[in-house]
Amino acid sequence: MSGPLRTAGHLLVVLFQVAVMVGLAPIVAGITRQARARLEGRAGAGVLQPWRDVRKLLGKRPVHAAGASLVTRAAPMVLLASGLTVAALVPLVAARPLPLVPDDLFVVVSVLLVGTVALALLGLDVGSAFGGMGSSRHMMIAAIVEPTVLMAVYALSIPVGSSTLSLIVADRRSDPTSIGSPAGVLAVVALVVVILAETGRLPVDNPSTHLELTMVHEAMILETSGRDLAWVELGSWLRLAALLGLVGNLVLPWGVATDLSVGAVLLGVVAIVAKIALLAGLLGAVEVAMAKLRLFRVPELLAGSFVLAFLAVTASYLVA
Amino acid sequence: MSLARLARLVARTGRVAEPAPQRPVASPPGDEPGPVPDPAVLHALRGSAQVRHVDAGSCNGCEIEVAATFGPVYDVERYGARLVASPRHADVVLVTGVVTRNMAEALRLTLAAVPEPRLVIALGDCARNCGALRGGYGVLGAVSDVVPVDLEVAGCPPEPAAIVEALRTVTGR
Amino acid sequence: MNAVEIGLAAQGVLALLAVVLAVRTDGARRNVLAGTACAALAGAGAFTGALAVAGHEGSLTLRTALPLSPLSLAPDRLGGVFLLVAGLVGVVASVYAIGYAHGAAASRSQWAALALFLLGMQMVPAAADVMTFLLGWELMAAASTVLVLAEQAHRAPAREAALWYAVMTHLSLVALLAGFAVLAAQTDGTGFAALAAVDPSSPEASLAFGLLALGFGAKAGVVPLHVWLPRAHPEAPSHASALMSAAMVKMGVYGLLLVTLRLLPGGPTWWAIVLVLLGATSALYGILQASVASDLKRLLAYSTSENIGLMVLALGLAVLLRGEGLAGPASVALLACLLLVVSHAAFKTTLFLGAGAVLHATGERDLDRLGGLIRTMPWTGAAFAVAAMGAASLPVTGGFVAEWALLQALIHGGRPEDRLVAATIPLALAVVALTAGLALLTFAKAFGIAFLARPRSVGAASAHEVPRTMRAAMVAGAVGVVVIGFAPGPIAAVLATSAGLRGVDAFGLGGLRLAGVGAVLDPAALTLLGVLVTLPALVAVLVLARRRPTVPDVDAWGCGGLRTSPRMQYTATSYAEPLMRIFDDVLQPARDVEVTHVAESRYLAERVQYRQAVDDVIEVRAYAGLIRSANRLADRARGIQNGSIHRYLAFSFAALVLVLVVVAR
Repeated sequence: MSGPLRTAGHLLVVLFQVAVMVGLAPIVAGITRQARARLEGRAGAGVLQPWRDVRKLLGKRPVHAAGASLVTRAAPMVLLASGLTVAALVPLVAARPLPLVPDDLFVVVSVLLVGTVALALLGLDVGSAFGGMGSSRHMMIAAIVEPTVLMAVYALSIPVGSSTLSLIVADRRSDPTSIGSPAGVLAVVALVVVILAETGRLPVDNPSTHLELTMVHEAMILETSGRDLAWVELGSWLRLAALLGLVGNLVLPWGVATDLSVGAVLLGVVAIVAKIALLAGLLGAVEVAMAKLRLFRVPELLAGSFVLAFLAVTASYLVA
Repeated sequence: MSLARLARLVARTGRVAEPAPQRPVASPPGDEPGPVPDPAVLHALRGSAQVRHVDAGSCNGCEIEVAATFGPVYDVERYGARLVASPRHADVVLVTGVVTRNMAEALRLTLAAVPEPRLVIALGDCARNCGALRGGYGVLGAVSDVVPVDLEVAGCPPEPAAIVEALRTVTGR
Repeated sequence: MNAVEIGLAAQGVLALLAVVLAVRTDGARRNVLAGTACAALAGAGAFTGALAVAGHEGSLTLRTALPLSPLSLAPDRLGGVFLLVAGLVGVVASVYAIGYAHGAAASRSQWAALALFLLGMQMVPAAADVMTFLLGWELMAAASTVLVLAEQAHRAPAREAALWYAVMTHLSLVALLAGFAVLAAQTDGTGFAALAAVDPSSPEASLAFGLLALGFGAKAGVVPLHVWLPRAHPEAPSHASALMSAAMVKMGVYGLLLVTLRLLPGGPTWWAIVLVLLGATSALYGILQASVASDLKRLLAYSTSENIGLMVLALGLAVLLRGEGLAGPASVALLACLLLVVSHAAFKTTLFLGAGAVLHATGERDLDRLGGLIRTMPWTGAAFAVAAMGAASLPVTGGFVAEWALLQALIHGGRPEDRLVAATIPLALAVVALTAGLALLTFAKAFGIAFLARPRSVGAASAHEVPRTMRAAMVAGAVGVVVIGFAPGPIAAVLATSAGLRGVDAFGLGGLRLAGVGAVLDPAALTLLGVLVTLPALVAVLVLARRRPTVPDVDAWGCGGLRTSPRMQYTATSYAEPLMRIFDDVLQPARDVEVTHVAESRYLAERVQYRQAVDDVIEVRAYAGLIRSANRLADRARGIQNGSIHRYLAFSFAALVLVLVVVAR
């Protein structure tokens, strides 16, 4: 195949991956809720419930408080765009970097952070007390998560000599011993902790709380309604799904397409859907057994994960 | 609690949710005919209804029943209804109790904060027609005296099954 | 005379013209005429810098200007970069000053000092020998001291700030003089070309490096020599703050580059480690202080300390890696340093000008008393938002590109064999990452609290958009931030050529390829991808917005009540409170809670007063003692001076004898 045609084909695969992830993201939220419900003895609303919520929200007229600025209108879209871009960048279906936009983990993290900041500004915009509180806590967590993320990236990138995720995943696939290496395990554990923090899951934030004073994510979006809320929810779920997919591919790098043939891509889709669904179920199950940490214990958890990431770096020096 | 104990507890408890009863017929629950929700609104909310609960002056009897409705046994969440903290996220305003003078403005503000299409459910006899508290010095009136009501649930307090039925009417599941 | 020489000469002429216009004209005409002349002076600097960067050479030598050696200006490529940056910041700040200057800030002395400040700052990177360099340095220092006092000389904090600044900047000059003197003593001549002959491994070179690093570090605001920065920046008029923060402190970085790249390349490893340590400390301490600051300009000043720290860290890393023989990552680190210089100039100019606009419109600098400005000041708000994104290193801005390059250099610089490097690099990475995280919070706070939510004071509620020249300047700065963000490739390629780096080229749609570490970044393509995948949602939003328009509500949800007071909102102080708790040990805030009880009962509180102040720990701990001993010494010195002419004659005689003894030896 010629260059431009190959790029077009690649782009098509990326768009397909995004489409799959958009379809899957609400179901991921549904799976975690369903797993929780079942373990709590409930029947549960079914894994498709988040999709029903989104469909309904899109049909509602958003209510904007007096004095809401452009940020209230734009921030949900920015969050969604950040989630979609992350879903396009992370190697989920195929582990091949786009020639112009390789899936550099630094770029992925910064795109995620755009969404984080958009959400924080959304919380501040109308000037409600809860919004400011959520925004402040959210940014505090984001600030102290950052060192761990980059440290974990560093540990993962040492064996490959690149921060490009596709290369890291492909390397782990061709050399499965690196998955079980101390450095690899520690880095992935650290990464899981920060993903939980960054996506507002237990034990850092309770996604199903009704009590404003314990909220982080929910407090920022208290003022968001109708389709704006739909975008915010979809964007957040996309972030969660894409990051779970990343962990899935780092831990179980099999099934990821390394070439762009139709068969490989379809296999990649099946594999990633299975991995994400598995991890989502696991997440729901783990959350049942966990209580939310007090806000000022969260830094201790994150400091712990930082130490893990640092150990991972050290281990990769010693073992490499 | 250790993880193993928790796992044993989960296994021993199993499923506590009761099997789902028949889907309710179109007519609203209760012995006397009440208001009927707009079919267009019901169509818009099919499958999913977020509920903001407002206690406008209740004796807390209805609250206990509402809590039971959303608990694991009746598990109304399986039909797509969910309690939310912010009225901006809500589709249904579930009002319990008579509307007291102090809560009337709060109730109006809550409704104004809920995006359209939306529904108001008056839950319990107090909310429907002031019930036992009719004529009290702090009572402004029933819910329908303050905001338009789309659906009523009778009872003092109404049974969880009746509340489930009302919410199933909204979500259509 | 070639174009570079004409540019150099034009700067002198235009500076003279600006001073004359500042002194000879009055009122609004002075603002317009002197401002235009200053802008032209800075423009000439930028022009000369651009020519020098493009590789044109030229020199201007005035033999009779200085008593001992000639005044010699010959910008090389690296100097050209700094000249260009200083010039562009100067143009933007001067245009802004035309609309901004009023009252005391529109005085003759302010405009004359501004012109001399610009001239001095543009002389420094163009200088070809030590004497010219130091002359420019001193001109820059003296004129900026006047500028610190220009607006608020009647206020005690401003006078105190000017004193701190004058002392620190002159200590810096002394250290530089001493450092250059050590170097000059090893060679014949004071030209930079001659000084480069010194052997970098000699102890004299290390002594000179120590002194020069001290001098340049003090100017650059490197912790612990930063104490003047958070005092002087808030007090100076905002265009002067912008110039000082975005251009003047960079001269310190230029000085460090000059020393490590041109004068003493290939020095011992500990030089690099010192630079990395200094940089890491500054970055972390600066951003920590910035994140809890609620004075907007103080916040920006501390953030300058942070950015300078990152630049010094990148430079130290480059020197370290070059010493280890890792040419690829070393050039990426150096490129990161230069990208930080350029992007910081763009966003910090805009941020300071934005802060000035806020001050101009509301009379407030305290974030706790601002809010809701985006509705009344949309231009300022938009420019500030873009620049804040740059400062928080978010894509697609210049700050992001620079930080990405720094991180790439760090992750490719790992050397397990060398224990020192193996320990330094991960720690540096952690510091950079924590800095980036805190910067994110700091600038979300700065923008969110000042421009979003509801006004927290009368001044903020009655704000108005600023005049056109100020708006134009801020927009120009914001455009600069975005341009570096979208097209880093060509800019980085130019920067790489000026620093003599290889393996950096433009790629794709204005993207950047670092061949040395095998990494590419194409922000424009990234944006296109983002837009492409968001397109369906964008279309859906447009359709839905038409079909179901939004409904206005009276107020934000207040749990059924109407919030009447904006005091119920989060403020900048409360926003940073969780962070303050986490970093309590480092920041050591002073808290004071005072409860007034009702007369009848101890159980009822009538009034609760909460005070919290964050002092600069380093200033309190390190400098208070120094100042005390300096004062004691000065008291003792006073004893020698009793006013007797005989005693003074004896002193002169003793000094003469001492000189004769030393010379005769």
